[in-house]
Amino acid sequence: MPDTRAEKATFGSLMAIIFAIAMAFVGISIGVGSPSGGMSFHGWCLAATAAASIYFILSHMAQDDGAPSPLSSSDAVNYHDAPIRFATIAAIFWGIAGFVVGDIIAWQLAFPALNFDLPWTSFGRLRPLHTSAVIFAFGGNVLIGTSFYVVQRTCKARLAGLWSPWFVVVGYNLFILIAGTGYLLGITDGKEYAEPVWYADLFLTMVWVVYLLVFLATLWKRKEPHIYVANWFYLSFIVTVAMLHVVNNLAVPVSIWEPKSYIVFAGVQDAMTQWWYGHNAVGFFLTAGFLGIMYYFIPKRVERPVYSYRLSIVHFWSLIFLYIWAGPHHLHYTALPEWTQTLGMAFSIMLWKPSWGGMINGLMTLSGAWDKLRTDPVVRLLVVSVAFYGMSTFEGPVMSIKAVNSLSHYTDWTIGHVHSGALGWVAMVSFGAIYCLVPWLWKRKALYSIRLVEWHFWVSTIGILLYITSMWVSGIMQGLMWRAYDKLGFLSYSFVETVEAMHPYYIIRATGGLLFILGSLIMAYNIWRTIRGDESRDAAEQPRVAAAPELRLNPAE
Amino acid sequence: MNHTVLEKNSMLLLICALLVVTVGGLVQIVPLFLVESTIEKVQGMRPYSPLEQAGRDIYVREGCYTCHSQMIRTLKDEVERYGHYSLAAESMYDHPFQWGSKRTGPDLARVGGKYSNQWHAEHMINPRAVVPESIMPGYPWLAKTKLDYKKIAANMRALRIVGVPYSDEMIANAVQDVEAQVDPDHDEVDAMLERYPKAKVGNFDNNAEELTELDALIAYLQMLGTLVDFATFDQSGPNLR
Repeated sequence: MPDTRAEKATFGSLMAIIFAIAMAFVGISIGVGSPSGGMSFHGWCLAATAAASIYFILSHMAQDDGAPSPLSSSDAVNYHDAPIRFATIAAIFWGIAGFVVGDIIAWQLAFPALNFDLPWTSFGRLRPLHTSAVIFAFGGNVLIGTSFYVVQRTCKARLAGLWSPWFVVVGYNLFILIAGTGYLLGITDGKEYAEPVWYADLFLTMVWVVYLLVFLATLWKRKEPHIYVANWFYLSFIVTVAMLHVVNNLAVPVSIWEPKSYIVFAGVQDAMTQWWYGHNAVGFFLTAGFLGIMYYFIPKRVERPVYSYRLSIVHFWSLIFLYIWAGPHHLHYTALPEWTQTLGMAFSIMLWKPSWGGMINGLMTLSGAWDKLRTDPVVRLLVVSVAFYGMSTFEGPVMSIKAVNSLSHYTDWTIGHVHSGALGWVAMVSFGAIYCLVPWLWKRKALYSIRLVEWHFWVSTIGILLYITSMWVSGIMQGLMWRAYDKLGFLSYSFVETVEAMHPYYIIRATGGLLFILGSLIMAYNIWRTIRGDESRDAAEQPRVAAAPELRLNPAE
Repeated sequence: MNHTVLEKNSMLLLICALLVVTVGGLVQIVPLFLVESTIEKVQGMRPYSPLEQAGRDIYVREGCYTCHSQMIRTLKDEVERYGHYSLAAESMYDHPFQWGSKRTGPDLARVGGKYSNQWHAEHMINPRAVVPESIMPGYPWLAKTKLDYKKIAANMRALRIVGVPYSDEMIANAVQDVEAQVDPDHDEVDAMLERYPKAKVGNFDNNAEELTELDALIAYLQMLGTLVDFATFDQSGPNLR
């Protein structure tokens, strides 16, 4: 039956076109119907994306029917990598955008005139843009891209669906666009890390369900009997984020034509739900998902098996069980009932163990290959990221202890802690994965320049160190100043005196951020030259795994 | 159980992972809706007046929570700096809660009544005019933007669906209550105050000509933390957690 596969592909494309037409219709209705300028703009964004998708599907229908090329050997899999290439480039773009916005708001804290007295450039609107751009846009694209790459390779199966993976990456990036422009226009839910409003949330839910289905359906097609450990982490990340997102964003819109909605929870229950969500955005989005990256890319890059299979089982189940309890440590000494705070603290401290178990499993994978730390800066990015992971997952439990938290909470110490995790762990492991992925995806023999990777590594590491050390000093200092008493038993400092004292540290932090941006620009240049197919300047200094699998020389040759 | 079973069955792995991650949330969140002592019984809490709610929506829109908390912790220095520690009851009508997580600026849970309307108006337009060391952004556009309040009743109806006890009377009089709260000479001021006791009435933004977004925001700031009467609140009473 030679036609079956082609017929299925045609059917799939038709379904995709019908879906895109439906989306275009929804978009146009919102664009025309909503009296809110911002929501109307978002409707037109949806309609334009749907129209572009229809054109794209029509122009590619005949070419890509998912069939393996007749020339390849029978066991070779025709991997579906184009959506991954899209996600990789999107990740780099959003990463730089998110870092730049972050650094702008860092300078605003040192020099408030940089708010320009305009609504669209004021700190309160840019800060959610920064957090969403780095966590969800940069991190999310890295996670979707790597998970699609890893699940295909470890299952030896082509990604399920023809257009569904495209819907996931394009739809996800459209969600980012809608969320981000919404913040600038004042369209927000006002819950940290969950600022997108109801229609953006609904759209993301749809994208996310398709993401889960594509991932699962690829697992079902696998030719390997076992599901590889990285996929456990990706799977738990996808399904847990779905649960958190849906529950935390339950809201009643004022009207279907208005962006404004009210969250169904109030006060103390909303606070608990929000930090159940918020802390597990860290635990599952920024940790479990990126541990999936660690479990695939470190062993691949250093060509060694994962250190301990048993440890990865213990790591996985204990991590996902314990993480979900840690939320209340964001609410110590507040109006949240004391029993909940104590539970949150206890589980946060326990969480130290699986976190370090995972760190050890990642680091010890280098057993017998530690020299690569010296010779391959991509390995160094990956390994240093795991070291930062270990450091921030030790700092976190310490800060969750109520007595410590009474000092650290509400201060820059928290900001420094988040960034040691976000810059040190999430971004570094992402950079490492991107440097691995790009030659593999674009079928290049090597990166354009491994020495530029070396530069990227050092510039951003110094940036991170400036960032977190200045925030330690300013955070602890501000916490101590708030609680300082003079000899007569009065508070020593007015609030604004503590603000004034922050100034030099804000400058150091913003400078660190600038270095981090510089590093990411070096990466963008290097990646651009690699994708363009320019001759590598230092291919001889790169390990054989730097090349795309089909271009690798066997050691014997 | 042998772990191989899970590694070979994606649906089993998915279901087990989902069950494992559900436990913590169920234990920590569900009781907060069921245990009565979670929210203290206090005197004085009421839904926000339409103008205050409009101001709160602006507070959320501008991302004020990214720098200001509204949660005074049960610590000595905080109580001395900001006033009585915050009660769960005080945010029972807050959709969403705005407790915040960072104090780049001071806590605002009890900022109501601490400064004059005039101070707030000048401070919002240019914070450094009144606090030279401040790093807060200026919000001059709030003073120039007319408040869009004709449809405020729709917001109150949505809030009623999520549990805020707005009565039919409150919703029917919403627009009039907004106008009464910014005009001490308005005929309906007493009726408004009956619906929303302790609401501050006045020309908040220093500009009697126009009803602006700044009026709404200041009306909201001026009532923060002022509703509960702590003279009658018994902290050692049966409601103490």
